[in-house]
Amino acid sequence: MSKTRRDFLKLAGACACTVAASQLVGANAQAADAGHGGHAPAVAQPANQHDNALHGTHWGMVIDTKRFTDPLLVQKCMDACHLTHNVPKIDGPQELKWIWAASYLETFTEHNHYLPESVEQRSFMLLCNHCENPPCVRVCPTKATFKRAWDGIVQMDMHRCIGCRFCMAACPYGARSFNFNNPRPYLDETKMNPDYPTRMRGVVEKCTFCVERLAQGLMPACVEASDGAILFGDLDDPHSSVRKALASKFTVRRKVSLGTEPSVYYII
Amino acid sequence: MYNAKYIMPGLVIFLGLITFPLWFNVLSCTRYEAPKLALPADQQECIIDTKVMRAEHMTLLNDWRDKYVRDGEVTFTAANGKLYDMSLMNTCMSCHTNKEQFCDACHTKNSVYPYCWECHIAPRGNQ
Repeated sequence: MSKTRRDFLKLAGACACTVAASQLVGANAQAADAGHGGHAPAVAQPANQHDNALHGTHWGMVIDTKRFTDPLLVQKCMDACHLTHNVPKIDGPQELKWIWAASYLETFTEHNHYLPESVEQRSFMLLCNHCENPPCVRVCPTKATFKRAWDGIVQMDMHRCIGCRFCMAACPYGARSFNFNNPRPYLDETKMNPDYPTRMRGVVEKCTFCVERLAQGLMPACVEASDGAILFGDLDDPHSSVRKALASKFTVRRKVSLGTEPSVYYII
Repeated sequence: MYNAKYIMPGLVIFLGLITFPLWFNVLSCTRYEAPKLALPADQQECIIDTKVMRAEHMTLLNDWRDKYVRDGEVTFTAANGKLYDMSLMNTCMSCHTNKEQFCDACHTKNSVYPYCWECHIAPRGNQ
């Protein structure tokens, strides 16, 4: 049977329509997967856990800034974190920090100024915001920093970090530190925590919401040291301490207009 | 053969030189001796059979690293059903407390220098 040109064009058109339709369906499915409206699709919790491990689907933190009037409490939280994770103390531009304190103006750059003096002079504990939409994860070329799908924690894989520092450029909160030197000489050997590794020269590090403590059924180190001034819990659970605090107090987050959706809230 | 009186001795010298490590080793009677490892005194069994551990410990540690850091898995079940934490520092090195006479003994002998200890804190040893 011979094919006329008319038949061939009909067939080609039908093929083109089929291909286009199948691609559209694929694209829609992808968009649905990537969609995030604050509630990530439920991902199974990892297997092989301790019985007492803490489970959550979106870990978050509420920091009661009204209770951080005592500089000693601020220092206590910082020490608890930095001693647990062997974060060396280096002064100057090569400083490493997982949790630190800053003034109102440094913390909330897009909120009102000329507030009551008591607010403007308060110390605000700052740490990695464990964003729902973390820019550091998007720019990392090796996927060394990644968001854990089952609990929303933005984690660092120090083994895989090549020290390119794209994540530091991408993070609008300055929550990441680069190891310019071998940190060991800056650590007090008698105070080092032998259960947690140090980092090596040339990797980026940051707060990890104490994933190793959550796995053992413990609260993060700063939360434990804060005497209740920092709350930690599952933001997806309406009965969690953090959700109750969010429902009853006025809270703000840092730089929300950037769309990173931080998981750390501040009671003002 | 053309120029055989030069080529043959040259070949013999060449073969002698490239096989030097082989016959030198045979003549000097030095044999590879597996290093004697300091095994933990208070532990009877490892998490896996020693033979498998000797050949596969690096694969196991790599596997643990990925499971712990990236998949959030924490425990490892041994063949006898016992649970262990997947941790180099808190599981392996809490039994093998002498890094010099356990890890380094083999690694140095075989010129293998893993960089685990640039981050992970080695135990103080049995000294």
